[in-house]
Amino acid sequence: MGDLFVLVISCIFINNILLAQYLGNCPFLGTSKKMETAIGMAMAVIFVLVLAGAITWVVNQYMLKALKVEYLQTLSFILVIAALVQFVEMFLKKSIPALYGSLGIYLPLITTNCAVLGVCLINIKEDYTFIESLVTSFSYAAGFGLALVLFAGVRERILLARVPKPLQDVSIGLITAGIIAMTFMSFKGMV
Amino acid sequence: MAQSLAKEFTKGLWAEIPPFRLVLGLCPALAVTKSLENGIGMGIALTFVLVCSNLFISLLRTIIPSKVRIACFIVIVATFVTIVELLMQAYAYELFLTLGIFIPLIVVNCIPLGRAEAFAYKKGPLLSIADGLGLGIGYGMSLSALASVREILGNGTLTIWGGTPAFTLGPDFLPFKFLLTAPGAFVGLGLMLCLMNLIGKK
Repeated sequence: MGDLFVLVISCIFINNILLAQYLGNCPFLGTSKKMETAIGMAMAVIFVLVLAGAITWVVNQYMLKALKVEYLQTLSFILVIAALVQFVEMFLKKSIPALYGSLGIYLPLITTNCAVLGVCLINIKEDYTFIESLVTSFSYAAGFGLALVLFAGVRERILLARVPKPLQDVSIGLITAGIIAMTFMSFKGMV
Repeated sequence: MAQSLAKEFTKGLWAEIPPFRLVLGLCPALAVTKSLENGIGMGIALTFVLVCSNLFISLLRTIIPSKVRIACFIVIVATFVTIVELLMQAYAYELFLTLGIFIPLIVVNCIPLGRAEAFAYKKGPLLSIADGLGLGIGYGMSLSALASVREILGNGTLTIWGGTPAFTLGPDFLPFKFLLTAPGAFVGLGLMLCLMNLIGKK
């Protein structure tokens, strides 16, 4: 139990998927202009990543390892994720329209979010058990959401500031992300 | 024909150079640019994937039905990424270890998929090869530029290939370690983007 807690803390803060592992930067910069879209994207990532982490673990353990074709990981994982996203989209549309309304437009973007495939690959690489994979998937996704929402808050403020012309938009966004990453570095001594 | 080929090739080197003008593929640009060697390796890997996937998608563009095209693109790109992964494991094992998870992640790097959707699915094979080659080399150049700055200032060395530095700044140089950390990567890329905006008009 204690180990799992350490895992949660380290995945959310110390090895934050966005700011320390450099994964998922395209949606990070793309959907952080408004707080609303940032929250929507964060929720969608948490939802899909936990499912994807569980399914890819099972696929790897019982299909790829059993057949000794581990080199097909990349191909099979991306297909699993693409199919999963499609399935989640259809399921939500049919049964929970309210949730679909708020997550809908972000779901297709998640297929090409490298944080999702990245976490699935990290889980396999680190040889986590099923429970550990579930916990890391959730914590990495929560860390992604936390960083994204924090960043969106700062970015909304930047809109009001007078930024020099060549620095505008993505450029100032990246520098802001750098400063947020610096604050996250201070968690390093925690575990 | 030759003129339009040259045009598609050169646009990737400046006018649409990723990841500055075409803001795609940021994650590897931040993660693998700690040393020039890694930057070049990533550039070569991406160029190979991009040229091959562009060629195949362009050849198959009349066969692939438009409703399931994204899935087809992903399968084609993932196939070539797996090929690169296995080749690197066999012939450049050190590089394979340092690039690690970012080799399989070329699949979701958005550049191959983006070019497939925006270019290769509509144009002929020769033009698509030129497009892929130009953007791939452009991406490699951007990564190398960022990596050189980070390695020289952050570590005081410059390694082109094979692990031994081609040049060092000497023992008196105090390395600016900040550039090798994650925040340094973000700030470095942000400042380079600013420089690009200053030099060229949008």
